[in-house]
Amino acid sequence: MTDVTAMTATQIAGLVATGAASAVEVTQAHLDRIAAVDGRINAFLHVDTEGALAAARDIDARRAAGEELGPLAGVPVAVKDVLTTKGVPTTVGSKILEGWHPPYDSTIVERLRAAGTVMLGKTNMDEFAMGSSTEYSAYGPSRNPWDTDRIPGGSGGGSAAALAAYEAPLAIGSDTGGSIRQPGAVTGTVGAKPTYGGTSRYGLVAFSSSLDTPGPCARTVLDAALLHAAIGGHDPRDSTSIPAPVPDVVAAAKLGATGDLSGVRLGIVTEFGGEGAEPGVTAAFNEAVATLTKLGAEIVEVSCPHFRYALPAYYLIAPSECSSNLARFDGVRFGLRVGDDGNRSLEEVMSLTREVGFGPEVKRRIMLGTYALSSGYYDAYYGQAQKVRTLITRDFTAAFERVDALISPTTPFVAFPLGARTSDPYQMYLADLFTIPTNLYGGPGISVPCGLSDGLPVGLQVMAPTLADDRMYRVAAALESAVGTFTPPAL
Amino acid sequence: MAAISREEVAHLARLSRLAVTEEELGTFAGQLDVILQAVAQVGEVAAADIPPTSHSVPLTNVLREDVVTPCLTPEEALSGAPDAEEQRFRVPRILDEDVAS
Repeated sequence: MTDVTAMTATQIAGLVATGAASAVEVTQAHLDRIAAVDGRINAFLHVDTEGALAAARDIDARRAAGEELGPLAGVPVAVKDVLTTKGVPTTVGSKILEGWHPPYDSTIVERLRAAGTVMLGKTNMDEFAMGSSTEYSAYGPSRNPWDTDRIPGGSGGGSAAALAAYEAPLAIGSDTGGSIRQPGAVTGTVGAKPTYGGTSRYGLVAFSSSLDTPGPCARTVLDAALLHAAIGGHDPRDSTSIPAPVPDVVAAAKLGATGDLSGVRLGIVTEFGGEGAEPGVTAAFNEAVATLTKLGAEIVEVSCPHFRYALPAYYLIAPSECSSNLARFDGVRFGLRVGDDGNRSLEEVMSLTREVGFGPEVKRRIMLGTYALSSGYYDAYYGQAQKVRTLITRDFTAAFERVDALISPTTPFVAFPLGARTSDPYQMYLADLFTIPTNLYGGPGISVPCGLSDGLPVGLQVMAPTLADDRMYRVAAALESAVGTFTPPAL
Repeated sequence: MAAISREEVAHLARLSRLAVTEEELGTFAGQLDVILQAVAQVGEVAAADIPPTSHSVPLTNVLREDVVTPCLTPEEALSGAPDAEEQRFRVPRILDEDVAS
């Protein structure tokens, strides 16, 4: 048998379905790969060896008993540590939840199990999903398999690095401002942010509730679509879950793979031009645009005048929601408690617990949000940002009257060296310049590898209208059929 | 002019229940100042008549069916608590002793 860790999820599922490989063999091969390389990558915060092998044995037994299994049965998956896993540690990359074993599973994890996938473990992330490099993880940064001195993106850098290092064929991420798409772009993998409300937030540790969206990460567009179909759809336990069927993203990915985009109109956002992206990224993007044209797509330039205010609006809205959401980490119901010596008051214990348990970026955002929500500043900051959000949504709506989808570089710059942006927090925020508008609007976006710049991957982003997730998969799969997939140098 | 002073950051830290150190106060004041000056750009947008968007999903008052479903046992709910007693979360004192008496 050839090395299964080099295979796509689709190929692995085929092997397991025909009995050419057992789920246990596939799982063990990935556990061995993790043991061999993760010391250099740090993609995983927790590897659930026993749980994974037990799940794989269960799949093999069910298959032997003649049970009809789903299209991803027996395929290993890595899960970002932002999703609760019953009895399996969930830290959200933070010291404040170190050692916490949640008493319940998130809906996404329940659905992964129902689909017959095998969870390998939990992946590293910027603390509470706030960051673009994993350098804000309390457990040390993950490293980019393309160059281990560089960042793998963030916040879901662990999931993306696990894919690029062939430690897992599938992974789950969550995207609040680009945390699935930007890591995908800088590691040469595929990351999709579904329509907000298209994937359940039940059991997703909340950062910014009106923006947080769990979604699929993979090495191919079809694999991402299969994972999207497995985890998506209405969940009565999430009141913001949309009661509508998941668009047929798998069929769309297969249609796109035929390489025909005739009749498809794609928009390039005027306001994303100019000084936004570094030259190597712009060059790779322009080449991809030429490729999309050759595949039959019509390219149109559209203006979205309020996109330039998306980053400022996001850094008011997201911290505001974060300052409220993270109030629950108070040393009472779960996680860390510091300074409870019998003399200190509850308030003193809470303040010490949060001081010790949270890292600097989380503290900055809590204070920023507290400021933006203060009386006297509310209208000028949070209130105004919400109005800008309306205008950005109107820009998208107007654009989608003219084009089927929008395209852009996923990120302004390729993977940067570790440490390059930690001293100036705002420089880190710029990594999400092109991904944030989609979160404010609530539509879907996908990053697909489109080329290299100085040997480092560049991603192309496709943004589609709300609930038209299938469109972005079609365009991404078409581009992938033309440019291929990208493999990092051997570790 | 700075958008935020060291004293204001100290106030925000108190409101946020963060026992920040003196050294952190200085660092955060400088960083929050840079961030606040950048995000203040939203003020350039003429939006007086624009309704705010709090959420992209047009759903309101979502209720579930009024049926009993399984939930966590008290032991499960308390399993992650730093301190528990008699099926309750145990917390440090809330009031000063002289106030409480």
